Amino acid sequence: MNGLDIHGLRVAFGRNELLKGIDLTVAPGETLVLFGPSGCGKTVLLRAIAGLEPAARANVRIAGRDVSTLGPESRGLGMAFQNFALYPHMTARENIASPLQARNVTPADIETRVNEVAALLRITHVLGHSPKELSNGQKQRTALARALVGKPKVLLLDDPLRNVDAKLRYEMRLELPRLLRAAGAATIYVSQDYREAMGLADRVAILLDGHIAQLAPPEEIYDAPNSVKVARLFGDPPINLLPCRPVAGPRGVAVSAAGWQINLAVERGAAGRSCLLGIRPEAIALSQSEQPGAARAQLIATTPLHERLVVLLRAATGEEVVASVLGAVPPPGSAVWLMADTTHALLFDAESGARIPAVAQMVEHAA
Amino acid sequence: MARIDGTGSPIPRILRAIALVVVLVFFLFPILWIFLMSFQTNETILAIPPSLAFTPTLINYTSLISGHLQTAAGSLDLPFMHNLFNSVLLSSVSVLVSLVLGVPAAYAFARFRFRLGEDIAFTLLSFRFAPPLLVLLPLSLYFKDLGLANTYTGLIWVYQLICLPLILWIVRGYFEDASPDVEYAYRVDGHSWWRAFTRIAIPLAGPGIAAAGLLAFIFAWNNFVFALILASADKQPVTVGALAFVTASGIQYGQIAAAIVLSIMPTLALALYAQRWLVEGLSLGAVKG
Repeated sequence: MNGLDIHGLRVAFGRNELLKGIDLTVAPGETLVLFGPSGCGKTVLLRAIAGLEPAARANVRIAGRDVSTLGPESRGLGMAFQNFALYPHMTARENIASPLQARNVTPADIETRVNEVAALLRITHVLGHSPKELSNGQKQRTALARALVGKPKVLLLDDPLRNVDAKLRYEMRLELPRLLRAAGAATIYVSQDYREAMGLADRVAILLDGHIAQLAPPEEIYDAPNSVKVARLFGDPPINLLPCRPVAGPRGVAVSAAGWQINLAVERGAAGRSCLLGIRPEAIALSQSEQPGAARAQLIATTPLHERLVVLLRAATGEEVVASVLGAVPPPGSAVWLMADTTHALLFDAESGARIPAVAQMVEHAA
Repeated sequence: MARIDGTGSPIPRILRAIALVVVLVFFLFPILWIFLMSFQTNETILAIPPSLAFTPTLINYTSLISGHLQTAAGSLDLPFMHNLFNSVLLSSVSVLVSLVLGVPAAYAFARFRFRLGEDIAFTLLSFRFAPPLLVLLPLSLYFKDLGLANTYTGLIWVYQLICLPLILWIVRGYFEDASPDVEYAYRVDGHSWWRAFTRIAIPLAGPGIAAAGLLAFIFAWNNFVFALILASADKQPVTVGALAFVTASGIQYGQIAAAIVLSIMPTLALALYAQRWLVEGLSLGAVKG
């Protein structure tokens, strides 16, 4: 295996086991986004891979070489920290040159390579500045440049866009895939923003309760999360979860919730069990006139989120539903009709939280 | 501060200025008075009422520096310059030894949790608040047996009781305040932990190390009782040496004043010189600008 290979990674602080056996493989050139709620151990996992976490027990291989027992300086990886972690008493140039200096690269080569990576990240004009003279965006680019300059086989990026403003975050989201592809490293990118994950990831690993809860391409996690927790985590605004008790239907089960009557092509075993119907806010459309299949609701409040409007509604049956729509909406208090695009509706077992598998998937498995 | 909230009514500003003057007079007047006394003879000093109009004389300084004191009772040899040299030697070597021992220890206490770590750190701190008299008697007996009585080595060793806890605890705080991520980043870059310590941790804690070193120097300089008991005349610092001015023929106020002026000079100069580092870089903006 050429990229990064982690096997049985455990981190325990006293009796509190934070990571309970993580297995991950990242191919060269692949970007794996590590996604999870705050405090779930994402940063600790990165530190463990880098060899910075003394409490970690793991088998880590980088480009086939076992580095499990090596210190961070011998693992040959690049890392960008959430708080940038620039050396405040050195200029941006010296910061970026640090990984090369550690490897006894000649001063002339250091010069060329620092200039190259600085040009790539467009920070050539601030190379002489000290970190405190840099804007947050420039600090973040300097930190990225430092991680990239040594052409590491493995790149660990700990939520590098966390502390930069929204405009810059968008810029970098457009730029990063190109940079990461050019670097060709096996990249683990920690994020708490599902849009970032959607934009950057080849695969997403959802870290929950010390385990990888789901490991799949981002679209698959969005469309087919394997549990309620993953569904709730991956999406903003979070998915609507409506309690329901499905009955057996013609092609699966029929569900009635929030005034909708929905047929879902999922396993019939769910019929009669207490379930949660998951509908993404983006899959709900508003109408001011009655439509076939639409549910009556009252509009409570709206707030803009990026180009869309997030709308809080109360269905006639009492449930609160959140919709994320494009374009104008009537004022709060208005009566509206809600139409749900049910092709991506999900059904979860309320007790176990697991998603009820689709029938089509069952057929595939059987075949 | 003053500029921010002094923009409103002038009354708080005036009151603050008055308060400042009162505080400054309270603390600086004795120093000014000593300074003036050092240029007077014993006669003018003891004149009643005291007068600010006097003919300045350098006799106190010349007798201190030459080491001969002419009094009514005759000539007296004064080892003051040698005392001053002892003070400089004892204080600076003690601080250096404490820095060499204390800074790495402070780093260890700040960065690593180990068994008995807190207990060791606290025991070291307790040296600061145990009364020195408590240890002096056994120490002087041990020192005689070990051949350390009346040696620079012995005194410097005992001075560690003063310097080491100060440096350890102040510098530890600075190491704890610095984000370990900066050192982690340096390690990941491919540098050994020793280089991360010397190239990142120490420079970032520089102001703290300077402050702690300066404080330790002042405390060591001001020490009286250790040197009084554990050293004889030729190893004694100025604090003990000043006792020599209480002579059979009276107290030599002029020389005492001149000796005080001379003995506060090194600490004052050091404080002024180090001030730069004490203030600068306390907030280096290492993380999260």
